[in-house]
Amino acid sequence: MNARSRVEVLLELADDELILGWRDSEWTGIAPLLEEDVAFSSIAQNEIGHARALYELAARELGTDADALAFDRAPDEYRCAPLVELRRLEWARTIARHWLYETADEIRLAVLKASDDPEVAGLAAKIDREEAYHRMHAEMWIDRLLATEEGTTRLREAIDELWPYALGVLDGELRLQLVERVRGRLPFDLPEVEPVTRGQHTEELRELWDEMTEVRRSAPTGAQW
Amino acid sequence: MIWEVFRQERKGQPFQHAGSVEAPDFRFAEIYGREQYGRRGESEALWLVPREHLSVVEGWADEFDLKYRRVDGYSIKARLKEARERAESR
Repeated sequence: MNARSRVEVLLELADDELILGWRDSEWTGIAPLLEEDVAFSSIAQNEIGHARALYELAARELGTDADALAFDRAPDEYRCAPLVELRRLEWARTIARHWLYETADEIRLAVLKASDDPEVAGLAAKIDREEAYHRMHAEMWIDRLLATEEGTTRLREAIDELWPYALGVLDGELRLQLVERVRGRLPFDLPEVEPVTRGQHTEELRELWDEMTEVRRSAPTGAQW
Repeated sequence: MIWEVFRQERKGQPFQHAGSVEAPDFRFAEIYGREQYGRRGESEALWLVPREHLSVVEGWADEFDLKYRRVDGYSIKARLKEARERAESR
């Protein structure tokens, strides 16, 4: 974390939240239960709200604005982890990704909350108060899946597939914390894999970016909304 | 499992029925209740009650047209009409 500048740290978190929020919002209208449709859409809105607050903080330092950071960069300039880019329209994988991300995010936010920078620490604490409900949502699903054999199998398949990506959300000491927490929570072993780290992007990000920035790109420069 | 949701808008106000959520247990019901009935600050508190725990009372005997017991039981429209007609016929 120390090797990165303040702006880089803010953008990593902001990009993760924006892209995951976008992915989560893909369930709106088609989630397997009406209640989850509402809950997941609401989580998606929260994540995008966090992204906006983080972009605003970064934008002040960079002399730009939040919209420009969210929409005007090329796909390769985003600093999000590949985990959040994956388009996984299958419920077990969605829940597994949600839980893995929230677990990693809690570790990262704990560090940011302890930051000497009062703006960063304050915003991280504010975000974390909302993430607490996301974690409650994710944890209750993990317990429910682990309560049955079918659920455990489905979760295991999803975790096996996503684990290399989850490892890539954090690095160094924080990654070790993530491994410890996830290992402590699951009754099965995690695969021995190399992390898919930040800095590389999936093809799926490109497709998401095309869709996400389409309106912005089609509007005349400087259009006011 | 259906949970009936009662919502209190402000401290001290009565809880009113807001709707329901479908959830397998209280943990799920709490999250769904929070998301559907509280995330915009519209609720001070919620009561979540499994539908099967509600005691339902219904079915009323009203054989003798006892509506005079209610404040809206006196319809004066018809009587006013009669009185008007009587007055006109004089």
